[in-house]
Amino acid sequence: MVDIPEHLLLRSAEAKAKALGVPVEQVLAEMRGEALPPSASTTPSETPEVSTPDDSETSAGEEPAVEADVVAIGDVAEPEVQADAQAVEPDVVEQPLAAVATTGDAGPDVANSQPPASGGDSPLAATVSPRPVAQPEAVPEGVRTQRLLTVVKARAIQQVKSSPADKVNTWPHLMIAEFTALLVMTGFLIILSVILQAPLLELANFNATPNPSKAPWYFLGLQELLSYYDPQIAGVIVPGISGLIGFMAIPYIDRNPSTKPSDRKFAILLFTFFLAGSATLTMLGVLFRGPGFNFTYPWADGIWFDDLKDWVYFE
Amino acid sequence: MADGNGGLRLSERIGEMATRVRGGSVWESMFRPGSPLKKGYSDTPRNRSYVIMNSVLYHLHPVKVKRHGVRLSYTLCLGGLSFFLFILLTITGIFLMFYYRPTAEAAYLDVEALSTSVAFGSLVRNMHRWGAHLMVLTVFLHMSRVFYHGAYKPPREFNWVIGVMLLLLTLLLSFTGYLLPWDQLALWAVTVGTNMGGFTPIFGPGVKFALLGGIEVTGNTLLRFYVLHVLFLPFIIVIFMAVHFWRVRKDGGISGPL
Ligand code: HEM
Repeated sequence: MVDIPEHLLLRSAEAKAKALGVPVEQVLAEMRGEALPPSASTTPSETPEVSTPDDSETSAGEEPAVEADVVAIGDVAEPEVQADAQAVEPDVVEQPLAAVATTGDAGPDVANSQPPASGGDSPLAATVSPRPVAQPEAVPEGVRTQRLLTVVKARAIQQVKSSPADKVNTWPHLMIAEFTALLVMTGFLIILSVILQAPLLELANFNATPNPSKAPWYFLGLQELLSYYDPQIAGVIVPGISGLIGFMAIPYIDRNPSTKPSDRKFAILLFTFFLAGSATLTMLGVLFRGPGFNFTYPWADGIWFDDLKDWVYFE
Repeated sequence: MADGNGGLRLSERIGEMATRVRGGSVWESMFRPGSPLKKGYSDTPRNRSYVIMNSVLYHLHPVKVKRHGVRLSYTLCLGGLSFFLFILLTITGIFLMFYYRPTAEAAYLDVEALSTSVAFGSLVRNMHRWGAHLMVLTVFLHMSRVFYHGAYKPPREFNWVIGVMLLLLTLLLSFTGYLLPWDQLALWAVTVGTNMGGFTPIFGPGVKFALLGGIEVTGNTLLRFYVLHVLFLPFIIVIFMAVHFWRVRKDGGISGPL
């Protein structure tokens, strides 16, 4: 039997004391298995199992929930006899007539027995007694027996370490910022779309390869790389490995727990290098590549970038 | 402008009607307790919680967020803007679908007609195109912001991985859309792009063949890219976004101040 934590014991004692209308200390003492103060004068008929000081059963004081068995006796043969309202404890063991024969010590407590409240129309009597030490070997069918097995300390599935943080209400503080951003972005996009006409060149023609042929701008950095290296190498290493798997692996490679910029100079340096590199390559691809994907100067030779064709007139 | 009808002005009558509608059982049933649209809303701390907790917004936001996360200078709202742009692209994209047929014969003519003879057609097409470019940009910048904040560190490692998937999906969405106008720019940019992918040994040529529906760009490719662009990729990216946003919350909200 696990020790019941003090606060749980106290809580159940308080509940019980409230239900019975007796002082908390008394219930607590009884639960702990201590001798009852003799001054505890409650009406015996009201609370049978509390007022019996001979209660040897309470030596197992860790069981506040299982106090008494209610044995319902009646000449009716049906085993399912409703326990009556006198049973103060929620955990009630109902035993049919057959079981009473085996619990020999039920007899002495008959003095405490009360006719059930509903017993006016049926010859039933409830015997409230300390739980018999010897349980009946076979529990008859249809009988529910309950007893406290153990107390499991409550613990959450997820261990949430919440430290007090400086928080504000999402509404209105965050929602207003987001809504403003939404409006500004929509406005910006509409204005942009009124000013800038999206390109539509001639109909696709498989026989007229434009010179130069450029990928969409976000792939132009890659195209730039491919023009320097053997496509077999650049085609594998750049987009496939470093681009995707490498990027996904960043959190697992960077094991430095700190997020302070001063602690992660190397990571910041690498990423900044990556950003600057891709920006440079993309700009080279957009601005400095002319016919044959050869190097050109935009100010001298013009720009070959059809995405902005209808907006910027270069040549 | 007075009377005629019980001596009430038109504006008063409208106001009275509005009050009756807001007090009615239909309106009452539309909003859960604490909604600012409900009758008798007052700006109390309790209602401020209810606005989030009792509405669909609770799927996206907790009731309270860290103060530093609200400051624009922390996230620059880049993740949020990527999401807004995605929504704008969905709306404008649906509009475009009404006028577009993904065949080699019709596609170009449809886009041309859309720009010249459909009300707001040109504007919506421009919004869709520039919005797509912008989204690639905001997603990339969002990734950079996350990196500089070290926001991918435990417990957010896996959300970074999901993020990389989102970046890839964003690029694929943009790339598949690029072919749809079926002009010279579309055809050859996609040819160059898929050729680059095709250089990847072993699975490269296979992927290229599956993507193009052949060894080079044809009308089949157009249909294939169209289905990927309007159905498959949006479907996938929405799932990844849902997990992404969910993880942001479950990982303890936005990462801490630096
Ligand atoms: C379609 C693209 C994407 C959308 C719509 C999106 C959306 C968001 C949103 C709304 C947030 C909340 C904080 C903020 O606004 O910054 C967020 C956080 C985050 N995102 Fe994304 N994201 C996208 C792509 C990415 C990419 C490409 C990465 C990284 C490779 C990434 C990694 C993260 C991480 C790690 C967080 C948590 C940041 C923190 O706690 O400070 N996301 N994302």
